[in-house]
Amino acid sequence: MSFLVGEDLTGGYGGPDILQGCAIAAERREITVVVGPNGAGKSTAMRALFGMLKLRSGKVRLDGEDITALAPQARARKGMGFVPQTDNVFRSMTVQENLEMGAFVRDDDISDTLEEVYGLFPALKDKRRQPAGELSGGQRQQVAIGRALMNRPRVLMLDEPSAGVSPIVSHELFERILDIARGGVAILIVEQNARQALELADKGYVLVQGRNRFTGTGAALLGNPEVRKSFLGG
Amino acid sequence: MEDVVNAVVLVTNFLVVPATAYGCQLALGALGVTLVYGVLRFSNFAQGETMSFGAMVTILFTWLLQSWGVGLGPLPTALLALPVGMGVTAGLCLLTDRWVFRFYRRTKAQPVIFLVVSVGLMFVMNGFIRFVIGPADRVFTDGTRFLLTVREFKAFTGLSEGLAIKTTQTLSLVVAVVLVVLLFWFLEKTRTGKSMRAYSDNEDLALLSGVSPEKVVAVTWLIVGALAAVAGTLYGLDKSYKPFTFLSLLLPIFAAAIVGGLGNPLGAIVGGFVVAFSEVFLTYPYRKFLAYLGPEGWRPDGLVQFLSTDYKFAISFFILVVVLLVKPTGVFSGKSS
Repeated sequence: MSFLVGEDLTGGYGGPDILQGCAIAAERREITVVVGPNGAGKSTAMRALFGMLKLRSGKVRLDGEDITALAPQARARKGMGFVPQTDNVFRSMTVQENLEMGAFVRDDDISDTLEEVYGLFPALKDKRRQPAGELSGGQRQQVAIGRALMNRPRVLMLDEPSAGVSPIVSHELFERILDIARGGVAILIVEQNARQALELADKGYVLVQGRNRFTGTGAALLGNPEVRKSFLGG
Repeated sequence: MEDVVNAVVLVTNFLVVPATAYGCQLALGALGVTLVYGVLRFSNFAQGETMSFGAMVTILFTWLLQSWGVGLGPLPTALLALPVGMGVTAGLCLLTDRWVFRFYRRTKAQPVIFLVVSVGLMFVMNGFIRFVIGPADRVFTDGTRFLLTVREFKAFTGLSEGLAIKTTQTLSLVVAVVLVVLLFWFLEKTRTGKSMRAYSDNEDLALLSGVSPEKVVAVTWLIVGALAAVAGTLYGLDKSYKPFTFLSLLLPIFAAAIVGGLGNPLGAIVGGFVVAFSEVFLTYPYRKFLAYLGPEGWRPDGLVQFLSTDYKFAISFFILVVVLLVKPTGVFSGKSS
């Protein structure tokens, strides 16, 4: 059984169901990527896993425990981290304060985790007294990921981490995400930029209209002619 | 040379000192508006009446203390009663939140609905206050009236112009500085303060980080209530307490909060002083001041007053309109209004 499992996810934001019974699973130490065309429900599926929308049916399990009924805050306490696509930093607060907020539910000493995050993103250490809103797009993403890491998550979910940053910066960002996965975290990424993400994915899902269309290792999906033709531009 | 010094003393006595005290009172009031806007995301029109309520509770308790013969010597007895006023007003804010605002928060009402609700609350509180303490003008300051009298100043310096500093003016400054320092320490250094700023900055992300919205809202109301009670009491001590004045005080308070940028505490303080100094400096007759600076024996024919004091609220209004036209987010770029 996988570490994080979403089964038969069905639901939406009150209107028609965006998710129509899709299933997603993520393993620790692995990177799982969800790709698909616009409006396929990729981000919605991730929000469903984090409890940010009401499911009409389906279950979410974390480490074997049914967490379907838990609110997002409770899931954060269980060790789930979420990095939204936009508005993912506290703009008026300094980099360090952003990271401290990531550890808000922790009562123990956070200085070790803080050093770990600064070790992962050295650029942030120099800018720790600067408001996060003044940073470049790439550094802001680093703050956003760092904030989520401060809670020492067992699952880290990233909604389009490469959106709005240059290819070089997003390549660098994916390298760091690989490092995080090697540290024992289950990583789940939703990506528009499918090729780059699938290249480093251990497992990939292609969603279409709220349903699973293809599932396989990242390499297999990249090699699948149908996936290439429909979703990767040939 | 002596004329120049006299002119400076004149301006200090009639403009700088009163405007500073008034600025402190406005800044404390505007802080309440800006904190509610930052955390609860609406303009709280009941802020003026909250200040009035705080002052009323303080006055009632001051009377009780005076009847017991308890006093603070040279300082106003109201200072002793102030913590009670702060506590009761903070409690009232929590109650009105529970009885009124929480319902609209749960139904995710638009900010404009909150605004109208707060106007309703303002009228209810206004009626309640007049019912309890009556509409009359109350002077409740006691102790030493002046820290520095005109006569002492003249005797000391030998100048023909005098400088007086009222105890209540000094008190306004000292209390405001202490509270502002405490507030910023709380917002910058404590865990709860940081969670308040985080919630104000990005509500969704704060929730993702595990911040409890109800706790943030409750702490905000506690602070707003306590600050409002202090602002109302200081204003009442410095001038006099009259329930009606707090309705018209809303305009300068909102002007101050908006000048600085709604949601920005530092901006609210600066805005308070901008509005206070503008009001005082633009309604003062400069005849005597110019007479000191002009040639010997000359004085201007008119009063040399830009606006009659009757129009002092027009100045707040003018500042408000200019800021909203030129830079709606305020000088310190708060949230857009």
